[in-house]
Amino acid sequence: MSWGSWGDFFAMGGYALYVWGSYAVTLGLMVAEVVLLVLRKRNILEHLGRMRGAARRVAL
Amino acid sequence: MNVNWFKYSSPQTFFPLAGALAPWFLSAALLLGAVGLYLGFFVAPTDAQQGEAYRIIFIHVPAAWMSMFLYVVMAFWAGVGLVLNTRLSGMMASAVAPTGALFSFIALWTGSLRGKPTWGTWWVWDARLTSELILLFLYFGFMALQAAIDDPRRADKAGAVLALVGVINVPIIYFSVQWWNTLHQGASVSLKSAPTMAATMFAGMIVMALGFWMYSIAAALLRVRCIILERERHADWVAQYVRTLK
Repeated sequence: MSWGSWGDFFAMGGYALYVWGSYAVTLGLMVAEVVLLVLRKRNILEHLGRMRGAARRVAL
Repeated sequence: MNVNWFKYSSPQTFFPLAGALAPWFLSAALLLGAVGLYLGFFVAPTDAQQGEAYRIIFIHVPAAWMSMFLYVVMAFWAGVGLVLNTRLSGMMASAVAPTGALFSFIALWTGSLRGKPTWGTWWVWDARLTSELILLFLYFGFMALQAAIDDPRRADKAGAVLALVGVINVPIIYFSVQWWNTLHQGASVSLKSAPTMAATMFAGMIVMALGFWMYSIAAALLRVRCIILERERHADWVAQYVRTLK
């Protein structure tokens, strides 16, 4: 292991901006993609549920 | 083995299968990601020349691989849809595109953050960088073209032609470091020879690549479920599915 302490680890030998800038953006985008997909599906189902409710009211 | 591969070629049968598989692929991605990051940050040694800045490769290289691989997968499904006229194929192509674009962007972003400390510049019009940027624009072009056409079947066909023509860019990216002797370094990993890096670095990169692969499958499956619901919303089975949720 190349780290003496957590401080060393976060400093990344002086390249903290580049290393953590890469990892933070990558992780953020991947999490965001999954969250957006879950929300997209939820929205579609809500929309379809409303449509069904409306269709039933018209039928009655 | 006698498997009916066409059983799952209809959106109706693939929808529950995709829903059942997605959490497994997502879990595999999380597990591989955790192991890969551990290898990359705590096992792999400091690079003698580049110091700690090299640790960006554990996401940079896998993201670049996935961006090219996903383009081929997208073009494959687009081509199958064009030839066999199967609905699900076009939906798969559309489902892969945004994740491919995401990995192209990550490859460019992390490459830029690696270029600054190692080359002294965020960006150059190097052959590898330029062809990867073109890949990102091909994904955007595919998505924009599909979004611009109202009829999904026609959007699939137009997108498929664009996707198939754009495949030519993938070998250009891959061989760019050999064909043009510009700034980006050559491949450290190839199928023909042993990797020119420490075994633990190589292991970290491969595990991260597998993690990104599993993630891509999970994201594509989640997205294809959305696309199926959107396109098949008038079908009876969707109405039944919505009813079971209440």
